[in-house]
Amino acid sequence: MKDDVTSREDRVANLKGMGCERKRVEDARFTQGKGNYVDDIKLDGMLAGDFVRSPYAHARVVSIDTEAALQVPGVLAVLTAKDLEPLGLHWMPTLAGDKQMVLADGKVLFQGQEVAFVVAEDRFAAADGVEAVEVEYEELPVIVDPFEALKTDVVLREDLDPNADGAHGPRKHPNHIFTWEAGEKEATEQVLDAAEVVAEENIYYHRTHPCPLETCGCVASMDKVNGKLTLYGTFQAPHAIRTVVSLISGIEEHNIRVVSPDIGGGFGNKVGAYPGYVCSVVASIVTGKPVKWIEDRMDNLMTTAFARDYHMHGKISATKEGKITGLWCHTTADHGGFDACADPTKFPAGFMNICTGSYDIPTAYLAVDGVYTNKAPGGVAYRCSFRVTEAAYFIERMIEVLAIELGMDAAELRRINFIKKEQFPYHSALGWEYDSGDYHTAWDKALKAVDYDGLRKEQAERVEAFKRGETRKLMGIGLTHFTEIVGAGPVKNCDILGLGMFDSCEIRIHPTGSAIARLGTISQGQGHATTFAQILATEIGLPADSITIEEGDTDTAPYGLGTYGSRSTPVAGAATAMAGRKIRAKAQMIAAYLLEVHDDDVEFDVDRFVIKGAPERFKTMKEIAFAAYNQAIPGIEPGLEAVSYYDPPNMTYPFGAYICVMEIDVDTGEHEIRQFYALDDCGTRINPMIIEGQVHGGLTEALAIAMGQEIAYDEMGNCKTGTLMDFFLPTAWETPNYTTDHTVTPSPHHPIGAKGVGESPNVGGVPAFSNAVHDAFRPFGLRQSHMPHDHWRIWKTANDLGLHD
Amino acid sequence: MIPAAFEYHRPKDIPAVLALLEEHGDDARVMAGGHSLIPMMKLRMADIPHLIDLQDVDGLGGIAIGEDTVRIGAMTTQADLIDHDGLFAAAPILREAAFQIADPQVRYMGTVGGNVANGDPGNDMPGLMQCLDAQFTLVGPDGERRVPARDFYEAAYMTARADEEVLTAVTFPRQAGGYAYEKQKRKIGDYATAAAAVQLVKDGGACAEASIAMTNLSDTPIWSEAAGAALVGTGVDGAAIKDAVTAMLGDIDPSEDNRGPVAFKRHVAGVILTRAIERAWSRA
Repeated sequence: MKDDVTSREDRVANLKGMGCERKRVEDARFTQGKGNYVDDIKLDGMLAGDFVRSPYAHARVVSIDTEAALQVPGVLAVLTAKDLEPLGLHWMPTLAGDKQMVLADGKVLFQGQEVAFVVAEDRFAAADGVEAVEVEYEELPVIVDPFEALKTDVVLREDLDPNADGAHGPRKHPNHIFTWEAGEKEATEQVLDAAEVVAEENIYYHRTHPCPLETCGCVASMDKVNGKLTLYGTFQAPHAIRTVVSLISGIEEHNIRVVSPDIGGGFGNKVGAYPGYVCSVVASIVTGKPVKWIEDRMDNLMTTAFARDYHMHGKISATKEGKITGLWCHTTADHGGFDACADPTKFPAGFMNICTGSYDIPTAYLAVDGVYTNKAPGGVAYRCSFRVTEAAYFIERMIEVLAIELGMDAAELRRINFIKKEQFPYHSALGWEYDSGDYHTAWDKALKAVDYDGLRKEQAERVEAFKRGETRKLMGIGLTHFTEIVGAGPVKNCDILGLGMFDSCEIRIHPTGSAIARLGTISQGQGHATTFAQILATEIGLPADSITIEEGDTDTAPYGLGTYGSRSTPVAGAATAMAGRKIRAKAQMIAAYLLEVHDDDVEFDVDRFVIKGAPERFKTMKEIAFAAYNQAIPGIEPGLEAVSYYDPPNMTYPFGAYICVMEIDVDTGEHEIRQFYALDDCGTRINPMIIEGQVHGGLTEALAIAMGQEIAYDEMGNCKTGTLMDFFLPTAWETPNYTTDHTVTPSPHHPIGAKGVGESPNVGGVPAFSNAVHDAFRPFGLRQSHMPHDHWRIWKTANDLGLHD
Repeated sequence: MIPAAFEYHRPKDIPAVLALLEEHGDDARVMAGGHSLIPMMKLRMADIPHLIDLQDVDGLGGIAIGEDTVRIGAMTTQADLIDHDGLFAAAPILREAAFQIADPQVRYMGTVGGNVANGDPGNDMPGLMQCLDAQFTLVGPDGERRVPARDFYEAAYMTARADEEVLTAVTFPRQAGGYAYEKQKRKIGDYATAAAAVQLVKDGGACAEASIAMTNLSDTPIWSEAAGAALVGTGVDGAAIKDAVTAMLGDIDPSEDNRGPVAFKRHVAGVILTRAIERAWSRA
């Protein structure tokens, strides 16, 4: 290799390291239908399980008759709570410190709740078996409104001692779960009382659902000969699932192997544990055969983890000039029948206390009350960090309402209140330390890119034309400047069920200069196999194409807390870089030995170590890898491997400026997105192409949520949106064009300065779309309306404002 | 989402279909494209022990454009309607409407016959066929009969077709004048919040003939004779359109669903009909 004449530029390009638009290595199999999803797994003698589900939202289970079902050809067993009780598995712990029925134990608390589990030779027999199980119910009063839940005598959770504390402290009512507070209550109230201007509003962020294209499911296989349980499933956190399975089943952790194969989207829906997993494991133990359970679409939408459902009451105070002085928020959180939120233990309302947003608000107070209702459990972070979309929507609506109160332009109001670049690291009134940011630069760039002043002029002309009767369309300009908080997180304050939220990477360099790296995370479409290899390529100087990334098998991958909350890059990405640096440190010693100089006399250069001042004398990483295994080097163990467990010192705080220009037909309630500009600052950018894809996907989910997607119930607790006919999932037809842009403000504490990006577009997108709707009607007096802004709700807004008269 | 077990029949001709229907009675249903029936079976809302697939039955396909009439075989897909240039010349409203039904994948399977025979108030073709004054050909054990589309629909999923009959074709006069199919929906693949089919014939400066039907605003499609009459003899100005809309609003009876409450649907029905009439008149 001494005659190597490749230019440094070519050597950098050859690595396909950080910053390049490396094509996704996953796509070769996904675009050819060669993915391996959980429903593709077929094991010898595999059985199928399916649930009998409650048609009622609140009822006593009087009796369950399984006799007819057991007569159905192919049906082998029907499990009920009575069968699970001797094993102590009729209830299971939730990630939020509550417990949840695996199968109905005397009563049901939401429509679709699991009542019995039918095990059959195939899924067709299982479905016939489900049909044949006869359950007698006695209906109970249904509570779907969380405010009513806190007043009624109807007790939903009769299993809980009404006088005992819950997992997060005292409970005020049998249907109350917790109160969680941040900031200073009295000080905030004093600021509000003394303020020159106060704006107050009720902001409801409706219930919706992550709706991954692949529903949840698993295959449980208990090998009775060696006592080993293998559980394949759609798990966003396979190691956490292994630990939970061990804790509740008593099977030792080394005898449990959890495998997440390819996952077709998660978006928070696949973080928690579901009754189907427990029942499949029990059924496999009982029958001695593998048991598969796969949800259908209705099961998924109606029973697995929903998102949002936050009723937020806000007050924001400012000087007459618009300088914000205080923020107060009380949230009533509808958690459904069980508290199955997936939040770090100390944060039962997630990171809702990021609700001061991008603004320098000196005094603030937040309280959240969690409440039980007769709805499905959940409350997961749907393409966002824990409750961060709720927080961003709250503050970005409150800013708009304050702008109306002040008679100010909402862009200018934001600008004069942004945290300034020199204030970072910034300590927020609600307890966070923002790592880095440059909001003014991003904001000015965004406003300029869309010609904000020109848009406002056009909008004013449109309003005049509307008033003259020349058009029936209004124009809205939706502004958002959001700050995310991702990368949970520091073990000192972030754990789930006591499991610290570090993450990990283990690297093995092969003798010929290729490598495998395994991580504690699991891709669900994010492209980890592409991007983590890029991080490593830059860190260890081997081409990304020569590095295999493997995740999801707990027998081989190092322990980690999985992928959600944009934590993979901030935490596992950091672990990858740190493990890479350990490899490099050893490589440096080997290089120095081979070059017959002191360790300090060589330095890393793209793909090699060179002698300082004599770059023509070098050893490539490929040569070093071979030597590491095959040459006896005094004082150095053979091999080239490293492991890093990374406990981040802080969260990361990606931010962005989004602007949506929308046309609204006041007569039909239809909308058209004319322009959407998204500027994201996610710190160091690993793969711009993947970032753009992430932003497009997140914005499209944000569009869905803001403009039509909801989980709606009638007063009897019937889910009205259990199919994709009524649950809005945008297609290419409904999806507008997006313009993406960026600034780069690296995280000062992250090894490569990266912050995470996958969830930013959902966090910023929802308020941008919603603010555009509100902005269109602002000239006619609208302050607040509720999402989703589907046709009839927009029509109603117009109607209430007298625009149809 | 797994249906109960059923027997699958794939007869080759109409006599074989009729024989199966006679043999199994209420236990049998014919299936065209399957886009309504199969989901109902998967939800176990329809229990069909004997499913008779019409895919291989001779003589149910084809679009025949005559001098005065158009005949469309029941198994003609929505995609076929879009692709047929002769049909576009004879009744262009069909292409405009078919493009607003579902998505390309569904349109390759969904058929005209299935769409009109099922009696689902959400389907687009029934209202459209009423607008065109189509006749439905029904074949049963007693032979063939024709029923006007305007008399065919009795209530949701209830039609003039007897259980032992099969709808084999639709026929309607070649159309003249201006047309429009206007539909508001929440998203691709959705049924209409409101949809209007309008055919207008212009003579001099006045409207000589008018036929107007709307979809998904009652438990059957609504062909409003009064709405059409309100336009005939007028110059289809604002006042006449308003009269037509008023007449239509007197005939529809929408119910609340996830698309919105009744007041919204009635308002949108008026807006959609106004737009359809304006567009049809501009083409007349």
